[in-house]
Amino acid sequence: MSDEKAPPPTHADAPPPALAEAPTPAPMPGDAPAFVGMPSFPRAARDAVRDTTLRANLRHATHTIRDKRAVAVAELDDWAALREAGRQIKDHTLRHLDRYLEQLEASVTAAGGTVHWAIDAEEANRIVADLVKATGETEVVKVKSMATQEIGLNEALADEGIHAYETDLAELIVQLGKDRPSHILVPAIHRNRDEIRDIFAREMSAWGRPAPEDLTDAPAALAEAARLHLREKFLRAKVGVSGANFMVAETGTLVVLESEGNGRMCLTLPETLISVVGIEKIVPTWRDLEVFLQTLPRSSTAERMNPYTSMWTGITDEDGPRSFHLVLIDNGRTDTLADEVGRQALRCIRCSACLNICPVYERAGGHAYGSVYPGPIGAILSPQLRGTGSEIDASLPYASSLCGACYDVCPVAIDIPEVLVHLRERVVEGGPVTRGGTKTVIRPARGHAAERAAMRAARWASTHPGVLRAGQRLASRTRRLHPRTLPGPGKAWTATRDLPPMPPEPFRDWWQRTNGGKDGLR
Amino acid sequence: MSSRDLILGRVRAALTDVPADDLPYERAVQRGYRQEHGERTLADTVDLLAENLADYRAIVHRTDEAGLPELLARLLAEHGTRSVLVPRGLPPHWLAASAAEQIQDRAEDTPRELDRIASVVTGCAVAVAETGTLVLDGGPDQGRRRITLVPDHHICVVRVPEQVVSSVPQALGRIDPTRPLTWISGPSATSDIELDRVEGVHGPRRLEVILAG
Ligand code: SF4
Repeated sequence: MSDEKAPPPTHADAPPPALAEAPTPAPMPGDAPAFVGMPSFPRAARDAVRDTTLRANLRHATHTIRDKRAVAVAELDDWAALREAGRQIKDHTLRHLDRYLEQLEASVTAAGGTVHWAIDAEEANRIVADLVKATGETEVVKVKSMATQEIGLNEALADEGIHAYETDLAELIVQLGKDRPSHILVPAIHRNRDEIRDIFAREMSAWGRPAPEDLTDAPAALAEAARLHLREKFLRAKVGVSGANFMVAETGTLVVLESEGNGRMCLTLPETLISVVGIEKIVPTWRDLEVFLQTLPRSSTAERMNPYTSMWTGITDEDGPRSFHLVLIDNGRTDTLADEVGRQALRCIRCSACLNICPVYERAGGHAYGSVYPGPIGAILSPQLRGTGSEIDASLPYASSLCGACYDVCPVAIDIPEVLVHLRERVVEGGPVTRGGTKTVIRPARGHAAERAAMRAARWASTHPGVLRAGQRLASRTRRLHPRTLPGPGKAWTATRDLPPMPPEPFRDWWQRTNGGKDGLR
Repeated sequence: MSSRDLILGRVRAALTDVPADDLPYERAVQRGYRQEHGERTLADTVDLLAENLADYRAIVHRTDEAGLPELLARLLAEHGTRSVLVPRGLPPHWLAASAAEQIQDRAEDTPRELDRIASVVTGCAVAVAETGTLVLDGGPDQGRRRITLVPDHHICVVRVPEQVVSSVPQALGRIDPTRPLTWISGPSATSDIELDRVEGVHGPRRLEVILAG
């Protein structure tokens, strides 16, 4: 998979001079290798906008899921109360995270598990690689996990001679296609069925059981090919690697929600199970699950309940793995926790509702966000986990029209626009931050490459008529819900720079009057 | 310093704004949501379960205790099942009418051996009407988690109305968290290819639920 690390292709016809003038600064520790050297948001977004397949797939997908979600949410007349309880549970947990981490460690240990702690991606990868090596195995089966993607685990294991097989259908498509995921929930959303057929036909044989000779592009046929290809790996696997959606501090129970059954395979068939989980995934009590088991499936796959949910507490005699390791990772989370405004991003339960509703995501695509966390949540999480030192991370807070739709759909009520504005201020004005556990003061980005990248992102978001039109429509519907957080696009920026503020007049009128925005920006 | 202490230290340093007398858990979390949605009779709750199971493409049958052996025999025959996996504590009379060879769930069997068996019959711990969910907790009539995963055909018997609850909160109240748990809502599925739903990727492609009582 070494080609994943190659720099993204450049387009001879595209980049204006400004883009080439400064190399992207060295990545912060904790960068997933796949994203090192990512172009800043607007450049990557421009490539996406040119790719009509990607755009059409994304549009179809996001609109379908968001409409279904609305129906699933409307079935519960107490949605607002569930959302509020979810917010409170997560907030309370974060405010006392040290206590709950210690409690979790004690309960997992009491149930027969072993708890490991990793300060960053490198340490987490080393712990996992050592655990796998101790079993004498050279391959592991994996169930989709954002945390292991974040730390670049597959690449790190490959460097140690260990093959990690992704078993989620979409992740398999991404892995076989030597590609990067573009969506939290449907990572191969940018691939259509012809492309998937071609990838399976071409690549499966190099990894194991080849695709059937007569493979068609019917989704059922493609799913069958994946079933056969992966079953052989499941049946012989001795080590499974997973993440977790929730960890219950009082009982030590881990919870994984999934659809395909590959999760159950990885969690129950191998002899050794290694779960890599961010420290923020804790809930205090068993009862707290009653909130998230209602809000997560409806927010993510728009189902009353996803097909399979597994819950396990340490190890059980004669049922499932004989040894269980929990690797708790920090990798920038404690730095995020130190920011009183930004810490709410750690409430995220990775449902992806904010991606599906976002007009910027729909047009820019997941890859433009330069991290495993795309969309609105990525725009506030990546710059906090990694700092705003690189072009991509400085530009992410500007990859938004601040319409607020993401906040409305978020099942834990993360005020994403509020955090975006807060991070813009950090980029533009500098200020106190915590990096690597140390409090420090960053200087304003003025005059740096990061500033120019941010400026371009702001311009991108404000010159894409579709983005603003969709954003405005959503904002006008929802504005009364969050008056405090809608200072208008680019506010923090325009306080010190020459980008005009959002016009108070309706966007369409402004668009007409300014010759498609061109006059307004000169 | 160990990474454990380093992380816990960073967490504490990050939370200096949190006052010592911050609201305790019991008061910080307001549970203003419902314990169940709508009021139903027991019979209506069972009907809702049947409806939601079917909505997620489980095949639902209803019978009484006396009719169970005949029904199970018929479903296994219809599937062409020659060998059926059986958890240790499955009531023996359930499969009394079936011609299929019964294979006991044993710890020493390898996943590959299980892969050769067509069907599995189990009970469940509790079923959730509002979401169409079966919860298995590894009890004697349910067996190890893997036996309801590897065979391609799962028949699950729910004793109604006593095993049926309305809602997720009620279900959690009935379950022992220390047991290995599997929540099943319809057969395995994926929508990863252009969002077309396809039933059955790795788990059983055919899920039949018998509401018995
Ligand atoms: S930020 Fe909210 S809406 Fe977005 S993925 Fe996280 S929980 Fe879901």
